[in-house]
Amino acid sequence: MRTALTVLGIFIGVAGVISLLAIGEGISQEAQRQIEGLGADNIMVRSVKPLNIPDAAASSFILPYGLLREDYALLVETIPTIKSALPIREMRRMVRYADNSIEGRVVGCTPEYAEVTRLFIERGHFITDAEVKMMQNHCVLAAQVVERLFPYEDPLGRRVYLQEHNDYYTIVGVCRDRPPTAAIGGSLDAQDFSNDIYIPISTMRKRIGDTVVMTSGGSREGETVELNQITLRIDSISNVQKTAELVEQMLEKNHGKLKDTAVIVPLELLEQAKRTKMMFMVIMGLIASVTLVVGGIGIMNIMLATVTERTREIGVRRALGARRSDIVRQFLVETIAMSVLGGLVGVGIGLLCPLAVDTTRAIVKSVAPEMIAGLPDVMRDVTPIIVPLSIPFAFCISVVIGVMFGLYPAYRAAQMDPIEALRHE
Amino acid sequence: MKLAAKLEDLTKHYVLKSETVRALRGVSFDIPEGDYVAIMGPSGSGKSTLLNLLGCLDRPTSGAMYLGDANVAKMNDNQLSYTRATRIGFVFQSYNLIQQLTVVENIEVPLYYQGRLSKSDRARCLELAAMVGLADRLSHRPAQLSGGQQQRVAIARSLVNDPYFVLADEPTGNLDSATTDEILRLFENLNQLGKTIIMVTHEDEVSRHAKRIIRLRDGLIQTDERKENRTVLN
Repeated sequence: MRTALTVLGIFIGVAGVISLLAIGEGISQEAQRQIEGLGADNIMVRSVKPLNIPDAAASSFILPYGLLREDYALLVETIPTIKSALPIREMRRMVRYADNSIEGRVVGCTPEYAEVTRLFIERGHFITDAEVKMMQNHCVLAAQVVERLFPYEDPLGRRVYLQEHNDYYTIVGVCRDRPPTAAIGGSLDAQDFSNDIYIPISTMRKRIGDTVVMTSGGSREGETVELNQITLRIDSISNVQKTAELVEQMLEKNHGKLKDTAVIVPLELLEQAKRTKMMFMVIMGLIASVTLVVGGIGIMNIMLATVTERTREIGVRRALGARRSDIVRQFLVETIAMSVLGGLVGVGIGLLCPLAVDTTRAIVKSVAPEMIAGLPDVMRDVTPIIVPLSIPFAFCISVVIGVMFGLYPAYRAAQMDPIEALRHE
Repeated sequence: MKLAAKLEDLTKHYVLKSETVRALRGVSFDIPEGDYVAIMGPSGSGKSTLLNLLGCLDRPTSGAMYLGDANVAKMNDNQLSYTRATRIGFVFQSYNLIQQLTVVENIEVPLYYQGRLSKSDRARCLELAAMVGLADRLSHRPAQLSGGQQQRVAIARSLVNDPYFVLADEPTGNLDSATTDEILRLFENLNQLGKTIIMVTHEDEVSRHAKRIIRLRDGLIQTDERKENRTVLN
C-alpha cells in the first residue's frame, strides 16, 4: 500500500508526460494536415466583408465589396510566379429536387478547382472548359447534397432547381465524400464542402449575376461581389512568400482604404503551426516534469521514513559485514525498483490516453453537448497520437528520478553508525 | 598456540558534550583459539565499548588489536566491514535476524557481504542449520519462529564465515530459563568442536558455563580467571 502511494507520483508524472505530448502531437498533426490540405504552394486571396462601410454605400442596402474580375486579370498578367489562378464565386442558395431541398453553397468555378481543392469525382465529370466557355447550366453535386436530394435515384442527368432564381441546372457529375477542414486562425472561414453545388463561373455571372439579395426578418440586404476567392497556384514554394507580398501590394493599390480583401498564405500558417506546436510541447513537457519532480520528492520522503524504520536492520547488516556502499546500493535498488514500477504503470496508463480521450468525449457529448460545441474545432475532434520517443524518454526520466531522489536517503542510511543503529528501537 | 585475538593496551575515549569519557583505559589480553571467555562488569565498566572494539564496529583511540596477524586498530571503514564479514560472528541479545529473509537466507548474509555465494556455500548454510536443529524450518521467516529458534539461526549465521571467534552479547537475555539452558548447551557444544566464544553477560548463571571470566571495572580489567575444573584446550 505504501509502495503504491509512493509510486503514485511517478506514474502520474510519466502518464502525464506521455498523454500530454500525445494530445499535443494529435492537435498539431491535425492542424498541419488541414493546413497542408490547403496546399503549401497556394495563396488564397479572399473577399472579406468590410466592417467599416464608407458613407456612400451606407445609404443603399446593397454593398459592393471584394475582389474584382479586373484584379484577377491583373494578377495573372503581372505576376510571373503565378502558375495558375482560380476564380471562385460562392453563395448560399436553396436547391430543390422534387420534394427534397437543401440550403447549399453554389460555387461558380473553373475546371482547375477540383484539382486545387483536391476534390474527387465519384461519377460523371467535373465542370469542363467547354461548359465554362458555353456558359452551360450544368452542375456537379457534393456527396451529401446527393444524399439529401436523391436518396433513391441516380442524380446524373436530372435537373436541380435554384428556387431564388427560378433556374434549372443539369447534373453532370457527383463528388466523392470529403471531410471538412476547420477554421484555422485568421481570415480563413471553415471550409465545409459537404453542401456544395459546382457550376461554371461564367454561367453564374450570366444567370445569377454579381448581386445577391437576402431577406431576413423583414429587411432586405444585399451585396455585390464579383469574386469571393482567387486561389493562386505558385510555381515553387520558395516563391510563395514574395508572391504573397506582391499580391498584397497590388490589392492595396487597387482597393485603397477599403479592407475588403485578405491574403492567406497556408505556408505561413504551417510555419506558425509548427512554432506553436514546439512551444506547446515544451510547456507540456515542463508541466509534466514538475509532476515528476514532485513524485520524486514523494519517493525521497518515503525512503527517508523507511530508512529510519529500518535503522536496526541497517545496523545488523553493517555488523555482519556490509560496507557503506553495500547499504547505499541496497536502498538505491529499492528506490529504483519503485520508480521503475511507477514508470511502467505510467507508460501503460499513458498509452491508454487516446482511448480515454475518446471515451470522455463520447460521454460528454451525450451528457452535455453544448460544452463540446463551445470548444475550438481542432480540440473538439482531437485524437491523441502517441509520440513514440516519449515512451523511453518518460521511462528514463522515472529511473533518473528514482536515482536522484533515492540517493540522499540511501546515503543517510549508509552514514549511520552501526553501534548507534543497533541500539535503536 | 594460536591466538584468535590479541589485545594490547587498548584504550577508547570519546567526547560527550565537551566532556571526555574514558571508556577503556588500557586493556590487554590474549584469546587463544578454542577459548570460551565470559566478559562481565557493572554498567559503565566499559563492557559495551570492549564489545564494540572486539566486534570491529569501532576503532580504539590507542593500542592494538590483532585478529590473526592483522591489526584492526589501523583499518578504515571498508576494511573493518570486510573483517566483520570474514572473521567475526555476532550473536545479539535480540537475535537481530532480518525479517524479510528466510532462515537459510539469514544464515547466508555474511557470505553475501563477502561477495561470494556458491553452491558449496549454500550447502554449508544448510549444514549449519541442521547443526543447530533447524533443518526442518529452512524456509520459515523469523516471525514464524520462537525466541530460542531465532537465536539458533543467529548462532548458525555467526558460524557461516568460519570466524576467528563468535561474539555473543547477552545471548540469553530475552529467553526463558529452559531455552537459556538449551542455547548455552549449544554454545558449549560449539566450543567443544573448537569454536572460540566470547560472551558478554552480567549474569553469573550464564558465565558459569564459560572457561574463563574477565571482569571489567572503570575501563580496566579487574580480574581474569580461568576455571580450573573445565578442560583447558591446548
